[in-house]
Amino acid sequence: MPTIANMAKVNGIVISGTPAVSDAHVLIATATASSSATLSFTLGLDNLYDVYEFRFENIHGQTDDKSFGFQVDTGSDTDYDQPMTTTFFQAFFNEDGSGEGLAYSTGNDQATSGDGNGVLSKILKDQGADADQSGSGILTLYAPSSTTYVKHFTTDAQMSQSSNYSQRVLTAGYINITAAITSIQFKFDSGNIDAGEIKMYGIAKS
Amino acid sequence: MAKTLISTHTASADSSIDITSGITSTYDSYEFHMVNMHPANNNVNFTFQVNADGQSGFNETITSTSFRAYLKEDGTGGTLGYDGGSDQAEGTAYQRILSTGTGSDDDQCVSGILTLYAPASTTYVKNFLAVGNGTDHGEYTVNSYMGGYINVTAAIDEISFKFDSGNIDAGTIKMFGVS
Repeated sequence: MPTIANMAKVNGIVISGTPAVSDAHVLIATATASSSATLSFTLGLDNLYDVYEFRFENIHGQTDDKSFGFQVDTGSDTDYDQPMTTTFFQAFFNEDGSGEGLAYSTGNDQATSGDGNGVLSKILKDQGADADQSGSGILTLYAPSSTTYVKHFTTDAQMSQSSNYSQRVLTAGYINITAAITSIQFKFDSGNIDAGEIKMYGIAKS
Repeated sequence: MAKTLISTHTASADSSIDITSGITSTYDSYEFHMVNMHPANNNVNFTFQVNADGQSGFNETITSTSFRAYLKEDGTGGTLGYDGGSDQAEGTAYQRILSTGTGSDDDQCVSGILTLYAPASTTYVKNFLAVGNGTDHGEYTVNSYMGGYINVTAAIDEISFKFDSGNIDAGTIKMFGVS
């Protein structure tokens, strides 16, 4: 069981909260950004839980029109460059009443055999950096400790796009390795995470 | 505990369900679980709006998106597409969520979850995500995804749910705080 003591400091992120054991959703750790290049969880991803949820709230980028995403790693590696095959689609509508739509975005997916494999898997796209703009949502990661299967995930997020679109982004895919996933990192593709919070929950097995 | 049940609201021929307490800075985000919301009128849409702290009326500015998948019970009409009739661009109307065109047959209803992020923030707009499924009056299953932001930086402390015409004949809404 992760404890506050053994998770006191991970890659510079601030850890708070008390693990609970009586609820289906167990809060494992909280990472709070303050002009942070990355937010990384390097402890707590193990076989205690089948499913992990990362709830990110009011992620605010330092730089306008950048995308926020995640990558994972195994063992003691911290390169965060694992192969994925993913899908990416979004619904969007501008505040001025123009440009509504639902579309797949081929430029933001990844194919294990493609040129962009092993890069950041985007979950917020082209986010605005106005003072009131942010993105919030959930990443669900299934069975990261499996050593048999690839690792599936889904994301569902709502954000303010840089050109004042309301944008809902849904992505899904699998990390195409059978080794256990032991760490996860979130960041923008350029610039710091100015503010925001990510909470890691374990979903109890029973 | 990560999710805390704050309150339960049961409809019985009510024009709306207004939750006017419990939305505070105690929790980071709030989930509203709507179960078997059954309309009095046929072919109506389930909706929500909010009120900002210190303001009056459920009429805050929203920019939102909506898309849905649907299929008729006879196996025809299976479609995925954007739903331009359910979005808003800086609108102040009640926002459709969960489904559209819900029927009022005895066995028809709509269910789903609305997640409202950081309503107590006084810095950011308020993001929300909704997903649900309903029984359309034309015998369709309708799986809808509405998302958006309430374009105010003031804290949100009240929320209202209703059908866009007629009463909520029955149904239950549970408000959870997520910590």
